[in-house]
Amino acid sequence: MKHIKVVNKANLKETAHKGGCGECQASCQSACKTSCTVANQKCEK
Amino acid sequence: MIHKFTQNGYYIVLDVNSGAVFELDRCAYEMLDYIKPGIADECPQELYNLLRDFPEETVKETYGEIKELIDRRILFSTDDYEPFVESLGTAPVKSMCLNIAHNCNLRCGYCFASQGDFGHGKKLMSYEVGKKAIDFLVASSAGRKNLEVDFFGGEPLMNFDTVKRLVAYARSLEKEHNKNFRFTITTNGLLLDKDKIDFINKEMSNVVLSIDGRQEINDRYRINAQGAGCYETIVPKFKQLVEERGDKEYYVRGTYTRHNTDFSKDVEHLFSLGFDQVSIEPAVTDEDYEYSITEKELPAIFEEYEHLAKIMLEHKRKGDKLNFFHFMLDLDQGPCVYKRLRGCSCGNEYIAVTPEGDIYPCHQFVGIDEKKMGSVLDGSFNQELKEDFATATVYSKEECKNCWAKFYCSGGCNANNYLYEGSIRKPHKISCEIERKRLECAIMIKVALDE
Repeated sequence: MKHIKVVNKANLKETAHKGGCGECQASCQSACKTSCTVANQKCEK
Repeated sequence: MIHKFTQNGYYIVLDVNSGAVFELDRCAYEMLDYIKPGIADECPQELYNLLRDFPEETVKETYGEIKELIDRRILFSTDDYEPFVESLGTAPVKSMCLNIAHNCNLRCGYCFASQGDFGHGKKLMSYEVGKKAIDFLVASSAGRKNLEVDFFGGEPLMNFDTVKRLVAYARSLEKEHNKNFRFTITTNGLLLDKDKIDFINKEMSNVVLSIDGRQEINDRYRINAQGAGCYETIVPKFKQLVEERGDKEYYVRGTYTRHNTDFSKDVEHLFSLGFDQVSIEPAVTDEDYEYSITEKELPAIFEEYEHLAKIMLEHKRKGDKLNFFHFMLDLDQGPCVYKRLRGCSCGNEYIAVTPEGDIYPCHQFVGIDEKKMGSVLDGSFNQELKEDFATATVYSKEECKNCWAKFYCSGGCNANNYLYEGSIRKPHKISCEIERKRLECAIMIKVALDE
């Protein structure tokens, strides 16, 4: 493509197949524990 | 839904529902203002008229590329996730904040915990209460293997013998119950010594070290009972801990207020001290406090985050292994969409326990009677409240439904929502504004590094 570059693999829909095992780290969303987004978390699978 | 923005000379689009990120030229960027899903195969004449600044051939090519991405379902992709909420339901408890000490040896001016005692008197957690809390966690965790215990306060080092005993107790349960405990601790550092550093570096999978940055910034609010700043005491101790920690995770973590909206200088200062994992976060509080961040400060704060993003980009391009927590973003291998629908899941998967053994949805709710969930002493646990928190997904929050950042912040902090907007389902506006800006910066860095 000349005008648009795809920067990442778009895979949010594919992650649905992982099923939400719940083993990943809790992501405190408040400011006081330094964990604001879930986007920086790792998947355990 | 898409989100378009420009930053640092880049034209960027996020496709919200697929998570795809695109870097575009100006023609493509402008064309997206006129495109809707279900577009025709051929570029309509109207677009040539609207984009007459660009050669017809460019408009035609660009249209073809946009059409291809829509056909591949990575642009204007549909939101198929709401039905997943049904299957989420309540979940086992897997994460616990142990308020091991409702007491503190600092008197930080911006402390949300009323100088450590959460407004309910100074108290240390006994070993017996802590043991019951660990038992409650194991019993409530069903099939979850990885369990998290965060030693929090107040200042947890004021009750460190109990911390050590509780770690030993939890470890003794791992094999029999097929659990893997991950311990973390958050400390102001004043009481760190060789023995504590050794223990923390051996047992804690992550440690959060509180420091606000430059000495004059840190010592403005992080003061002892006599009013003296703690910078000179804590810096050598933090350096020792980090040097001896090896590859294990840690963060130096600070708070910025309306008085240091030039906080990129504090990030740089912490880097210069040798700390490579840094987090600086806004003071989230009632707007009446003199240090609070209000809408008035937002333009300066947005500019500062963009400035910091450029600084981080320079460091990354040089190969420096420096990390600013809020620009961390994994665009490919991050958590699954289930996790993204309700974030921390406080009150459901995550709870806090006080020195008295009382259970709250998280440390930020401690002391709020109507959100008290039960007690580890008698095993009571309010299932109605748990259900309320479990269903607080991005689809239950009106403002989140149509927000482009919903799969990255997951509805924000329920405690902030409750404390400052009156409901766990009403996102805290200032936090949302700041979070969206940080996300844009993080995405820009990814785009820039992809060149």
